[in-house]
Amino acid sequence: MADPTRMLAVVPDPPSPELARTLDLAGYSWKAVGSIGAAGEAEPDGGWAGVVIDATESVENAWSFLRTIRKHHSDPIPALVLVAGTQLDELEHRDDMFDDFCLTPFHPAELEARLRHLLTSETDVVQADLVEYGDLTLNLETYQASIGGRPLDMTYMEYELLKFLTQNPGKVFTREILLSRVWGYEYYGGARTVDVHIRRLRAKLGEEHAGLIQTVRSVGYRFGQSRWDG
Amino acid sequence: MIDQQREYVLRSVEERGVRLIRLWFTDVLGNLKSLAISPAELDNALSDGMTFDGSSIDGFSRVQEADVLAIPDPDTFELLPWGDPQAPEARVFCNIHNLDGTPFQGDPRQVLRRHVKAAHDAGLTFYVAPDVEFFYFEKLEPGKPPVPIDDGGFFDLSTSAVTSELRKRTIRTLEALGIPVEYSFHEDAPGQQEIDLRHTDALTMADSVMTFRLAVREIAARNGVHATFMPKPLEGLQGSGMHLHMSLFRGDDNAFYSESDDYDLSDTAKSFMAGLLRHAGEITAVTNQTVNSYKRLVPNFEAPVHVSWARNNRSGLIRVPITKNSNPNATRIEYRSPDPACNPYLAFSLLLAAGMKGVEEGYELPDEADANLFEADDAVLDELGITQLPQSLNDALVVMEKSELVREALGEHIFEWFVRNKRSEWRAYKTQVTAFETDRYLKAL
Repeated sequence: MADPTRMLAVVPDPPSPELARTLDLAGYSWKAVGSIGAAGEAEPDGGWAGVVIDATESVENAWSFLRTIRKHHSDPIPALVLVAGTQLDELEHRDDMFDDFCLTPFHPAELEARLRHLLTSETDVVQADLVEYGDLTLNLETYQASIGGRPLDMTYMEYELLKFLTQNPGKVFTREILLSRVWGYEYYGGARTVDVHIRRLRAKLGEEHAGLIQTVRSVGYRFGQSRWDG
Repeated sequence: MIDQQREYVLRSVEERGVRLIRLWFTDVLGNLKSLAISPAELDNALSDGMTFDGSSIDGFSRVQEADVLAIPDPDTFELLPWGDPQAPEARVFCNIHNLDGTPFQGDPRQVLRRHVKAAHDAGLTFYVAPDVEFFYFEKLEPGKPPVPIDDGGFFDLSTSAVTSELRKRTIRTLEALGIPVEYSFHEDAPGQQEIDLRHTDALTMADSVMTFRLAVREIAARNGVHATFMPKPLEGLQGSGMHLHMSLFRGDDNAFYSESDDYDLSDTAKSFMAGLLRHAGEITAVTNQTVNSYKRLVPNFEAPVHVSWARNNRSGLIRVPITKNSNPNATRIEYRSPDPACNPYLAFSLLLAAGMKGVEEGYELPDEADANLFEADDAVLDELGITQLPQSLNDALVVMEKSELVREALGEHIFEWFVRNKRSEWRAYKTQVTAFETDRYLKAL
């Protein structure tokens, strides 16, 4: 799903009709900018959601634009470059300047899929180093967790399960989904494994926090407050 | 997966400043053994294992093949909640291997892994939930009889503050170790406690029982109290059992449950029970492995004496508890003879093997024995075709030695060693002249 509330910067101005049409059909909000200056002036309050840059006309301009825009933003804006088959060697050693590329002429469905992946992975599943929920903190880099300032020592599977739940607060998950997302499909323990691990996690969270993981009768489990709880 | 687990363990050790890692394993008699290593050794231990001399461990190696490998199971890595928070220690259970990498025949954990895997290959997961009983005594004085720390009774709330404080601390510690507790209460005899654990898969539960015994003793000792899992510490009072609630799951469904049965029991459950009943005598030396165990298995003390089953009769060997609102997942059977001094890896292995034998061969479940068998005389029992459990360690060994099922389930190595070791325990016991004999005969004869 394209997020119409976030704006893409599209270079150059005007973009090719195919690119404009593909972006419109996929439901993206976008604005064409011809230069870094124009990009700075037109930048929305929340910043650009991403950059789609067509390098087929002038590859020099494209790289200089990307170099500047990446330098001026502390967390890099997701960038996709459109290049012709003859320009592929241009990509070499410039990995830090773009996240994905697509060959022109492009297939609209492919560009759409690449954009969707690029923008999703940047927003929802961004590997933040810290996941926090109330008193609970998980440091994804060091694998350490704490609750109310006290360290929470878990086995690897308990940690993975808690991490998954904490990253998706308020959502209800069936046992099957938890099993496939946390253990992987090859795990043969069945959904009972999930129950056993949830019970262990609750034990480790301690009485006062055990309620963070709620059993949703005949469905599965939910972590933290649901959006629908008052 | 295994690489991520290793990474997780190494990182945790570093981040939490763990000073010592205890590699845990279990000898044939069910004693917990430990090799302590420094964090610097851990990476190497996780990938290649640690070599040690197995001939120093009861039931492990013969001298000419002494060296074995302890390979940590990273999924069991836990920080120990007691000790100095400034210098934390961790434990990890190990599987013992031969130097060529094959599973070591003398390792009880490997025996249980083999049985659990066989069940998995048949699509089944074996779940166990033990109700563990034990005693708290005042600090032991050499040469004096043990003194219970309170004189409370069953479910007693007014017992000493010490007892309930100890139980509370123990439960908190168990929960911190990822061992969920279902209930805990004061049992019938003075100083006697019961803690019931929530079901989990058999291998994790065997690890949990080992951890449980250590945690209970450790916390008691830190409070100047002696905790014991001896099956019958006080003559004339109840002993300590470890009733085992068991079920088999096929994926997400309880294979023991059937909607169409009056007792909610499936054919699988009935054949499994029949397997347990038919082989009960053969496995008793392992579920009740001390001379003292047989002082508990006598009439009038809530322990089973007869090989029988019933729905809600606590005198039989197997009880089928009535579940709340016929919950399919809670349908289970309770096997009541084991005591908490057994080796849980071997006991669970034999229960699974005996039950599965019944399932594979379609054993027929005998009729329910719902009379109170404690009261029944021999003629009635004969008529019902009900036999007794072995009456002594010696009797149990005689039956075990003839059992193909047990020999095959334990493997030659452990079977031979166990029988030899227990025979010598029996010999040492039977040559004693006891106070019972001198009181009875010295003057009269």
